[in-house]
Amino acid sequence: MIKIENLVKFFGPKKAVDDISFTVSKGEVLGFLGPNGAGKSTTMRMITGFIPPDSGRVQVGEFDMLNDPIRAKQLLGYLPENAPLYADMSVYGFLSFAAELRGLRGAARKKAVQEAIETCFLEPVAHQTVDTLSKGYKHRACFAQSIIHDPDYLILDEPTDGLDPNQKHEVRSLIRNMGRRKAIIFSTHILEEVLEVCTRAIIIDRGHIVANGSPNELKAMHPNFGSVRLNVYGVAEGDVRGKLNTLSQVERVEVIKSTSEQVKVRVYPKDKKDESFPTLVADLVTKSGWKFDELSMDKGRLDEVFRGITLPDTVKKSSKEGPVVTVNV
Amino acid sequence: MSLAVQNVYTIAKREMGGYFSSPVAYVFIVIFLLLAGFFTFKVSGFFAANEASLSPFFVWHCWLYLFLVPAVGMRLWSEERRLGTIELLLTMPVTGWQAILGKFLASWIFLGLALALTFPMIVTVNYLGDPDNGVILCSYVGSFLMAGAYLAVSCLTSAITRSQVVSFILSLVVCLFLVLVGWPPLNEMLSQWLSPAMVSAVSSISVMTHFAQFQRGIIDSSDIIFFLGLIFFCLFTTNVVIRSHRAG
Ligand SMILES: Nc1ncnc2c1ncn2[C@@H]1O[C@H](COP(=O)(O)OP(=O)(O)OP(=O)(O)O)[C@@H](O)[C@H]1O
Ligand SMILES: [Mg+2]
Repeated sequence: MIKIENLVKFFGPKKAVDDISFTVSKGEVLGFLGPNGAGKSTTMRMITGFIPPDSGRVQVGEFDMLNDPIRAKQLLGYLPENAPLYADMSVYGFLSFAAELRGLRGAARKKAVQEAIETCFLEPVAHQTVDTLSKGYKHRACFAQSIIHDPDYLILDEPTDGLDPNQKHEVRSLIRNMGRRKAIIFSTHILEEVLEVCTRAIIIDRGHIVANGSPNELKAMHPNFGSVRLNVYGVAEGDVRGKLNTLSQVERVEVIKSTSEQVKVRVYPKDKKDESFPTLVADLVTKSGWKFDELSMDKGRLDEVFRGITLPDTVKKSSKEGPVVTVNV
Repeated sequence: MSLAVQNVYTIAKREMGGYFSSPVAYVFIVIFLLLAGFFTFKVSGFFAANEASLSPFFVWHCWLYLFLVPAVGMRLWSEERRLGTIELLLTMPVTGWQAILGKFLASWIFLGLALALTFPMIVTVNYLGDPDNGVILCSYVGSFLMAGAYLAVSCLTSAITRSQVVSFILSLVVCLFLVLVGWPPLNEMLSQWLSPAMVSAVSSISVMTHFAQFQRGIIDSSDIIFFLGLIFFCLFTTNVVIRSHRAG
């Protein structure tokens, strides 16, 4: 288990990380999201012991990162942002070096290096100098380093950055598979990745956690989540509205478009999680004998939720109505 | 081997591999040998002196090292910070000290190797005459210690900045200072204003003063302690500097 309590980090007067706490257990893959400069990398650097927090605690397994850094670090694998590498080494030499620092010797080291090379598809470049690798291969070499000792805890800062679509896919399934046994924290700017591999996601903005939940829970934060869109022909707007409001489960009806022949509405349920709601609306529509060509439930969209809770400074200053989504963490 | 020694060894081995994977190391060694030869034979007039001793060779070391040692040490930590590999290294289960020591020792051994390659000098004087080999050995020890002291200064300056050039210049300036305060012409000048006790206090922080003892064939614990102390102080400060960078 990785446990983080009340982490705070200042850079000069600037608070990069402001009181972040969370826990990740084995079997979990935590997606770490947030706009540029939100404090994701800074948080990860504090978790891995690279930078000391100004206050707060990091616990890895049963070890405290501040009091027992060596043993805590032994349990961790870390892929830093931008995948730094020693430019003058070969991929094989670099991985051997990493394995050796991880305490692997002799045959065990050879085996670990070989496995990491295979897992990360590095065979074609194993004896090439790091300097001459393409960006994606560099990233994979550094990724290989992070898993070489099969750690229980993995911290990956943008692991799919710079990879081609096939490799992105491979790395995602690798993370998903490893996540069954390990606790993994990874940051990303690709929201589909979160839906695909994470069991849980945290969104941070300006050093604060603004959302924490499973991908589906995050999607449910969308203001339209659970609402039903309906497109009816040949009925007056007032009739549509009146009929729908007779349903006790309906909270309100919003008219999106209304012409003489077509009425487009969005129907919001009282209980957003009520899965039978679309059926109820459909029953009513068929009973009334309306002609319709669209009836669908909104599942929420992660990108819009993300935008809603992490508006960039420029937008926030100009918009008076504030964030689109309100959250209680 | 204990874990700490293992880690120092692994880090030193990687650093050493880095020297020899590029032509820089060979170029360095060749330049060192050429310069050492040039100063010994041309400037000091080794043959003209007609003396079976290597003092015309050693007397140049504190000046030669001024340029050569910072060239070796300038990249130690600045490169690590520039590439971002410091983040990899220091999130491995190693302590800051192990990393500093590993990198320092690798470079020191490299300098030792360059120094050892001057052995034809020993062969030559022994062939030509009958030198005091004890004094020669003693001078080599002193030279090696002095190289270590310069290197520790470079190690510190390389931790201060990401730029190798700045690191080189800083290190050169500091080392130059450590030489000049014991340089006889400067000491004579100082003695016009300062009491003899103060002049000798000033010159006692000079690497030149302490190296001179070795060149006379005297191995005194105070000289050894001076060099090792200077090395320790610089490496300790390096650790402090690296910590403060990480703290942001
Ligand atoms: N060493 C540093 N010195 C000063 N400020 C820093 C330092 N490192 C990070 N910051 C600042 O802290 C804030 C958080 O940075 P961080 O790198 O954690 O963001 P991030 O969420 O990883 O962003 P990105 O998505 O762009 O990677 C930023 O405003 C950044 O400018
Ligand atoms: Mg980042």
